[in-house]
Amino acid sequence: MPEATQKVSDAVQDKFQPKIVAFFCNWCTYIAADLAGTSRMKYAPNVRVIRVMCSGRVDPQFVLDAFAKGADGVFIGGCHPGDCHYQEGNYKTLRRVRLLKRLLKEMGIEEERFRLEWISASEADRVRTAVNDMVEKVGALGPLRLGTPEEVFAEEVTVS
Amino acid sequence: MTEPSAVPRTEKPKVAFYWCASCGGCEEAVVDLAEKILDVVAAVDIVFWPVALDFKRKDVEAMPDGSILASFVNGAIRTTEQEEMARLLRQKSQLLLAFGACAQLGGIPGLANLWERQSIFHAVYRESPSTHNPEGAVPERFHEENGHRLTLPGFFDTVRTLAQIVEVDYYVPGCPPTPKIILEAVGTLLSGKLPPKGAVLARDQALCEECPRKDTRPEKLTLKEFKRPHQVIIDEATCVLAQGVVCMGPATRAGCEALCVRGNMPCTGCFGPTSRVRDPGAKALSALASMIDSNEEKEIERVLNTLPDPVGTFYRYSLPSSLLRRKKIEEGLMADSNSGTSDDKAAQAGRGGRVASFPGAAVIAKS
Repeated sequence: MPEATQKVSDAVQDKFQPKIVAFFCNWCTYIAADLAGTSRMKYAPNVRVIRVMCSGRVDPQFVLDAFAKGADGVFIGGCHPGDCHYQEGNYKTLRRVRLLKRLLKEMGIEEERFRLEWISASEADRVRTAVNDMVEKVGALGPLRLGTPEEVFAEEVTVS
Repeated sequence: MTEPSAVPRTEKPKVAFYWCASCGGCEEAVVDLAEKILDVVAAVDIVFWPVALDFKRKDVEAMPDGSILASFVNGAIRTTEQEEMARLLRQKSQLLLAFGACAQLGGIPGLANLWERQSIFHAVYRESPSTHNPEGAVPERFHEENGHRLTLPGFFDTVRTLAQIVEVDYYVPGCPPTPKIILEAVGTLLSGKLPPKGAVLARDQALCEECPRKDTRPEKLTLKEFKRPHQVIIDEATCVLAQGVVCMGPATRAGCEALCVRGNMPCTGCFGPTSRVRDPGAKALSALASMIDSNEEKEIERVLNTLPDPVGTFYRYSLPSSLLRRKKIEEGLMADSNSGTSDDKAAQAGRGGRVASFPGAAVIAKS
């Protein structure tokens, strides 16, 4: 625990703070994150959590939009295989994530910036360690620097 | 051309055609109207069409602003000249139409957004097996020869859609747009009953809805392998996707009457997304990935290995219009120091270009 807290405070002091968008399933990871909060666990404050009804609700467009709008990393938290509240939403997530990872790689976005974790409602500590680990890894990679599309484009063409 | 004529000036609406980064297929598509082109010509005055008629840029510049009813611009924007022409035609036209997949979505030239100018020049002018270029010359913006200063349009790192440069009123989809789509578009413009601005002039539903093989599509599609058209003999009566061949039909707008499927080839997505989809590639990826018939990571990876080119498959016509728009440019490849002039470098320094910037961009003469 002290070691992890140390890591967190290092991350806070470090000059680059990655922005991470997290999509957490309502039935598992979101509850786990809640539990982490009520248990007074500390984890890196870099994640912006968005609650979805199922990890299968995370349209790949959401992930791309997050990156395009300035996220340095995207984290999806869903139920363990076999535990999906909707039978097999998380399996669909798994397939999509695997394919999306390949696409992101081709688009020059490092693998560490996109993460899928299975975290059940009781695994508050797993939220803490997974988030801290991701913040550390993405922090080491540095900013994604895609810029917003408008910025990228404005620099090259004349703006009327 | 400017000779005084006994014939009184026509009051027919004026129309212009222009091409930017495109293959010429969209121009061909206009000719493909066959005898119906005579109806079009009877109804409008074509005042600018470089591929077919001898009007020059200065003729367009001489026209009053807004004097052209509609300009049909095909092709993506990847050079300073194309950017200038897009702006000029926007200024002179009441309506500007993005004609074809390249102008609407970025098209095939948009796949160049997986690279940037320096890599493209290197591949094309130095590395390609058919290139003989012992001096290693690449196009420069300016060149002095015997006291003459020659100029070439600047080449951007990033290919853009027409709407990313100027305001676009309507989109005519397709690679190229089919004769039916073109005639409907022209008819719509001349009818005076204009659809809402920004409309895509084709049916707003998925291609599967008008596919002749619609009824053979199983309720639940599953895939154990992605097959490419050269690996299988596609059955002529069955849903292409049901045969394991990647078909973009579910994520693509209707309107072409499933031309490719009628020719026994899968849809590759040239009509772009429906109005309810922001990023057609992501949507197609989502649909196809969830069809994989396995819950095991290893098996999923095996199936995905049979899909060698995700970007080229899902964004074949739409990379510049996608959410990410281009591949992230690696540091050091951002601006080419070989072909910029000192003016360019100074201009570029002034822009503090963090992201890709073309050295010549700042010197575009904009009147």
